[in-house]
Amino acid sequence: MSIDKDKIKHVSKLARISVDEKKIDDLTKDLSSIFKFIEQLNELNTDKVKPLSSILNEPLRSRKDEINDGKIRDKILENSPKKNEEFFVVPKVIE
Amino acid sequence: MSDLTKKSLTEIVSLIKKKEIKSEEVTNLFIKNIKNDKKLNSFITNCNDNAVKKAKNFDKNPKLDTLLPGIPIAVKDLFCTKGVKTTAGSKMLNNFIPNYESTITKNLWNEGAFLLGKLNCDEYAMGSSNETSFFGNVMNPVAENTVPGGSSGGSASALTANLTPTTIGTDTGGSIRQPASFTGTVGLKPTYGLCSRWGIVAFASSLDQAGPMTKTVEDCALMLEAMAGFDEKDSTSINKKKENYSKNLTNNIKGLKIGIPKEYRVDGMPKEIDKLWENGKKILKESGAEIIDISLPNTKYALPTYYIVAPAEASSNLARYDGVKYGFRSNKGTNLIEMYENTRSEGFGDEVKRRILIGTYVLSSGYYDAYYIKAQKVRQLIKNDFDESFKKVDAILTPSTPSTAFKIGEKKNDPISMYLNDIFTVPVNLAGIPAISIPAGTDNNNYPLGLQLIGKTLDEQKLLNIAFAAEKKINFKQNLNRWWEK
Repeated sequence: MSIDKDKIKHVSKLARISVDEKKIDDLTKDLSSIFKFIEQLNELNTDKVKPLSSILNEPLRSRKDEINDGKIRDKILENSPKKNEEFFVVPKVIE
Repeated sequence: MSDLTKKSLTEIVSLIKKKEIKSEEVTNLFIKNIKNDKKLNSFITNCNDNAVKKAKNFDKNPKLDTLLPGIPIAVKDLFCTKGVKTTAGSKMLNNFIPNYESTITKNLWNEGAFLLGKLNCDEYAMGSSNETSFFGNVMNPVAENTVPGGSSGGSASALTANLTPTTIGTDTGGSIRQPASFTGTVGLKPTYGLCSRWGIVAFASSLDQAGPMTKTVEDCALMLEAMAGFDEKDSTSINKKKENYSKNLTNNIKGLKIGIPKEYRVDGMPKEIDKLWENGKKILKESGAEIIDISLPNTKYALPTYYIVAPAEASSNLARYDGVKYGFRSNKGTNLIEMYENTRSEGFGDEVKRRILIGTYVLSSGYYDAYYIKAQKVRQLIKNDFDESFKKVDAILTPSTPSTAFKIGEKKNDPISMYLNDIFTVPVNLAGIPAISIPAGTDNNNYPLGLQLIGKTLDEQKLLNIAFAAEKKINFKQNLNRWWEK
């Protein structure tokens, strides 16, 4: 599978990263060589292999659904780039 | 007393326990080295004043029945530390001050240690040379203008230059073992689930594991003992009894079987590495171990598998950096979507963006089966290779890296050649098993080279014992002229 500029534009939209037009050629080149490297895996026949889902020998633990902290709203808001009293502030979404 | 900062952690702990030296003296000596350093750039944040305060408090009321009494420790800047900026080497987190402490650092502080500073690393631990950090290159104390390896490059550099008596890193594909190999130090990647991931900035959650970086194997055992343990907050934390790795450390390895995988002899590997590998075999044989040739047939597919799995998990983990709740926010753009796109474009560096794009692509509709599922199948095959081998052997001996430290800038523009650095370390992360790198000698330039020992799940004690036996016979000595102070 070859990587071209259109694919990179599509993926960067999915990833919500704006890509600088000036850098897009280099990025295409880098990603193409990386995908060529990755595609070595196609040499292997894996039709009968089940994909690994966990490397732990035991199943994942679930915890009781109970509140064990809470009341930390102000602490959480401390690191916000923009806030208004008890709210995170983002650019206007609804006109 | 001869230069105390050159001593091993174990020796310093013993001097403090015997009350021959105070924590404050120890702390001030390391701070002096930190202040004298003009070139390494291994620290992102210094905590000198706070460390002295903690040392004084310790000396007033010393608790000596702990593992790390009064020991100042600088840690990789990927561990969240309460009230101290935690950047992950990224512009994105340049203003992030966690209001909680990672479980691993909390475990260290509970054993009597305290924070000396936060160490430079590749951005979000993505890199093998510490050149992707927003805070600049780190130099390897071994030689000016060479890389210390990565991503735990600042940790390896600071440890080697005696700016911290011990340190911790994280290892997703070799980020502890490769820098340890490049700097002539010891680095251990524990079994996945042995050390809690809670409070560590996430890169690839099924591969990330924290581990000790130390000057000696004995120090490594001590640190692992302090770090390891069950943590309810990490759903993949293994619930098992704590082990006394340092107390049980022995160099008696008689009768153990050591596997030598033929697939680790790669094209173009320098002769010196082959020679050190041979020497490693010889030494273990002399110590009473049996050397057995084995095969790990899918080794060559480990790196391509890793470069699907790790970016896929990274793209998902790093989706949280949206400029809303914490971290950097761009002031460009007129609506919410543009704010996201500009924040992520300006906040992340090139390598991180590259990996997010790879990850997003391999997980995207129409490509998921061809890439991600394929990689998880090959990952199973790689794990099977190790499972089969460990029916025959107790541990596996390989070189840690296919080269010694390279020059800053040398591989920066060629991602594949950079990724190849981790060719011997990545399979271990994919299989979730433990491995340790110990210094094995030097090349013609006098740059250190490491040997890697790989073990079974939760078999850290045996690995440490074999490493301990090998270390004694190799008797590696650092010979540094402290050029970074000039």
